[in-house]
Amino acid sequence: MKTPLGNVRGLGSAHAGTGHFWLQRLTAVANIVLVTAFLIIVVSIAGSGHAEIVAKLSNPFVAILILAAFLSVLTHMRIGMQVIIEDYVHTEIRKIALLMANTFYTIAVGLIAVYAILKINFGL
Amino acid sequence: MVELTLPKNSKVTEGKVWPKPEGAKRVTEFHIYRWDPDTGENPRMDTYFVDRDDCGPMLLDAIIWIKNKVDPTLTFRRSCREGVCGSCAMNIDGLNTLACTRGIDEVKAPVKIYPLPHLPVVKDLVPDLTNFYAQQASIRPWLQTETPAPGAEWRQSRHEREKLDGLYECILCACCTTSCPSYWWNSDRYLGPATLLQAYRWIVDSRDEATGERLDALEDPFRLYRCHTIMNCANTCPKGLNPAKAIAEIKKKMVERQL
Repeated sequence: MKTPLGNVRGLGSAHAGTGHFWLQRLTAVANIVLVTAFLIIVVSIAGSGHAEIVAKLSNPFVAILILAAFLSVLTHMRIGMQVIIEDYVHTEIRKIALLMANTFYTIAVGLIAVYAILKINFGL
Repeated sequence: MVELTLPKNSKVTEGKVWPKPEGAKRVTEFHIYRWDPDTGENPRMDTYFVDRDDCGPMLLDAIIWIKNKVDPTLTFRRSCREGVCGSCAMNIDGLNTLACTRGIDEVKAPVKIYPLPHLPVVKDLVPDLTNFYAQQASIRPWLQTETPAPGAEWRQSRHEREKLDGLYECILCACCTTSCPSYWWNSDRYLGPATLLQAYRWIVDSRDEATGERLDALEDPFRLYRCHTIMNCANTCPKGLNPAKAIAEIKKKMVERQL
């Protein structure tokens, strides 16, 4: 039996969202450079043998670039996916579960990528 | 989850075909959404034929002609018939617009008319705007000051006044807000383009002293940041305004006060 204005005011402003908005744009700009560089690297090693690829990826410049690309792309992906979930999923429990899964998935992909690059570089 | 299909009792069925006006030479066909809450029936699309030689040039003229001459039960809002009151906002040929400022010949026949999308329907072409008006009220669309009111007037330079152009003209017809997919999915929490344009109209007003509080109230992942710059609002506005730009300006101010 809340009034229409009471409904609209709801729980009030979260005083958040700007950091998220800014980070999405920041990573978008970073992605232009990093994804282009990443694609150049991928094209340059396409069709090469294992030893040759390992040698290329062991170059510190290349390795750091790939790590940076993963960090930026995955951050961008996670917050982008979060917005999509918030847009379309309205059951509270399902939304929270999906937001958690989104974070876990991103961290898992990120850890696998970092581990692979470190292993190639340092032979862990 | 978002529902992509209409519930069973909202599916639109074929309606009545009303008789053609006798002896009419120029006739335009209209398909109009009808729903009466008292009958318990599904909504239907009725077909009407308008005698263009007996009717004014605008779409509002046509539906008034239908109400007067064919079917007095057809229900819609209208008042000023010159694009100032915003009452006759409806979805015509797939675009939210004012029936009074759009010519019958500007849309292709048969002319399809629905109520504004994604709002509860009161009857026929009349949507329930309660939530829309409450959202407008929530942003306190009036001048807020703490400085005692000056004896004569709050002064504003010509340049400061020009910043309100493109904002003050909004007539609250709700065409933009109801064209926004983000608003369709989250109208309970997202304020929508019309309300945010109005909010920016006060944020950018040089005389207002509550800019910070206004930004505080908007800084929210849903109230403001559900806008994904889809631009339907700017595309549909019958007054030629650009709510998407106003929203982008609010976001810029949010970043500006943090960086």
